[in-house]
Amino acid sequence: MSATPSIYSSPHVPRCGIGFMMMRSMRQHALSSIIAIVCVALATGLTISVVSINAQAYKVFTGGQAGFDAVLGARGSQLQLVLNAVFHLETSPGNIPWSLYQAVKKDPRVELAVPYALGDNYNGFRIVGTTEELFTKFEFEKGRKFAIAPGGRMFDTTRREAVIGSFVSRQTGLKVGSNFNPFHGLNFDPKAKHDEVYVVTGVMEPSNTPSDRVIWIPIEGVYRMEGHVLRGADKEFKPAAGEEIPDEHKEVSAVMLKLRSPQGGFSLEQMINKQGKVATLAFPIGRTMADLFDKMGWVNRILGLVAYLVAVVAAGTILASIYNTINERRREFAILRALGARRRRVFTAIVAEASTIAAIGAAAGLLVYLGILGVAAKIVQAQTGVVLDLMFPHQILYLAPLGMIALGALAGIVPAIKAYGTDVAENISPTS
Amino acid sequence: MPLLEINNLTKSFAAPSGEKTLIVDVPSFSLEEGAQVALEGASGSGKTTFLNLIAGILQADGGTIRVAGQEMTALAEPGRDRLRAATIGYVFQTFNLLQGYTALENVALGMAFGRGVDGPHALALLQRVGLNERMTYRPRQLSVGQQQRVAVARALANRPRLVLADEPTGNLDRHHAREALKLIREVCRENGAALLLVSHDHEILGQFEDVHKISEFNRAAALENLPAEQKGEGPK
Repeated sequence: MSATPSIYSSPHVPRCGIGFMMMRSMRQHALSSIIAIVCVALATGLTISVVSINAQAYKVFTGGQAGFDAVLGARGSQLQLVLNAVFHLETSPGNIPWSLYQAVKKDPRVELAVPYALGDNYNGFRIVGTTEELFTKFEFEKGRKFAIAPGGRMFDTTRREAVIGSFVSRQTGLKVGSNFNPFHGLNFDPKAKHDEVYVVTGVMEPSNTPSDRVIWIPIEGVYRMEGHVLRGADKEFKPAAGEEIPDEHKEVSAVMLKLRSPQGGFSLEQMINKQGKVATLAFPIGRTMADLFDKMGWVNRILGLVAYLVAVVAAGTILASIYNTINERRREFAILRALGARRRRVFTAIVAEASTIAAIGAAAGLLVYLGILGVAAKIVQAQTGVVLDLMFPHQILYLAPLGMIALGALAGIVPAIKAYGTDVAENISPTS
Repeated sequence: MPLLEINNLTKSFAAPSGEKTLIVDVPSFSLEEGAQVALEGASGSGKTTFLNLIAGILQADGGTIRVAGQEMTALAEPGRDRLRAATIGYVFQTFNLLQGYTALENVALGMAFGRGVDGPHALALLQRVGLNERMTYRPRQLSVGQQQRVAVARALANRPRLVLADEPTGNLDRHHAREALKLIREVCRENGAALLLVSHDHEILGQFEDVHKISEFNRAAALENLPAEQKGEGPK
């Protein structure tokens, strides 16, 4: 028997270690293993998605991409003001006179003041009247200004010209040279079409900010749009073609402010919000949004709880999938034990099997997360212009898979104990 | 020194009523290195229990079992597992092959817990039992006779010094039973392993020179064979 032909040195004789035994077991109970893996993948994917999307949303909406420090607008809700002016989501709380814009622009505490006037849309995308400073002076991130893609240019403030956000261009098909008619109101109503025709002179490079969803036109264009009435002074004013608009009639929906220092912001806030009665200053923008997130925190807590419950259910599935096979595998364990396998080895093989199912599921969970985030990112971008990052670094990316593996190993202990206690003599053969 | 030496071995089991029933009571038994001995016993005579005690699968209530110079009865369970894996091969009546494993993997498992897997030896054993063409087959894909041959190869895989065979031909027809027995005896002889086989099949037992009735050395089995009134039970 010891003389062995050379072909028998073939390497495919297994070592029969714990890994091999585990894989054989998983193959033998493939269906229950696959179901458990799918459950773990969904649980891991959901947990990561809930935590990651929440963290990203918090970061983005609490000032990460606002660029401005404060928003000045009509007396009312700071939150409405921020949602309207920064994220282009809410209705405008009203207008403030041009004089207030000029006053705040000259204020030494203010580094940059950019007026917004709005009231129209194109196919649901907001048309915002503003000044060139938004493109020439404003930095939405340190060192990054809004840029116009090659082939385009800035609008001429004396013409009916528009620069459109990259997302608007993609969604509407408008490009440099395209003409369009604005529609009255912030919500699209096909019957509310203005007669004015605007031409697109530039498409913005993607900035991954809410501005990608906006059509920018000269602020004068808003004032002169047919049907718009200026109420800056006591009486209504409708400018005639070519007529210069006196400043006292002009209004703005909001003034976006970049401040020289946070202290300046606090004293401005004191002056405008506490002592004044005409306007509201939302400062800091991040705090306003953080207040919203805090108020909505219970939603995230519920979502988190659901995700963790799903994780526990997944662990339960692992437990059930292995536990249910233990009875039919008692004989298998008894045979292994009769061949000399220690109880500890059988125990370890079961825990390793549960951990491996959890590990494969957790790895697949990362793919589930990418899938969920991919869909969520599209929805968030369509609604807000904000782009969620698939590779957003967050500790949940490794904590959730590691936690799931630990939970899986824990779930494996119960069936492992049952397997550990298998009586060899009772299960190995009929007694004679 | 004999390969297997047993003194005053006892084992009882508790009945559902709680009453203890003595199954094995062996004052003395021994087996020499390389010997081939058959034990004859009726169903319920404690044959399997006796083999399980020798293999260390069951813990004795009293007495000693020495296998290859080591006292099995003095060892804790892990020690008995190690000794079994290193020195004993076991052939079962129901073959006890693992269904999820191929023939080759089943044979390799026979080595995995002892000296470690020796691939060429596993392959050579399968060739020896005539299954070199079927090594990647799973048990369900093999005939009953082929399954028993895999079980024999597995029992010999770890180069044991003692092979225990519990009704190894019980599930085979006459023809296959004769072939299986011949194979077990030959392979044990070739490997220098002693063979202790239990059976109640007279044709099988007839092929052994050394046959012992289990009741000759197991006093509990002898008691079992007595009429009920002589065992002290009396008519009810």
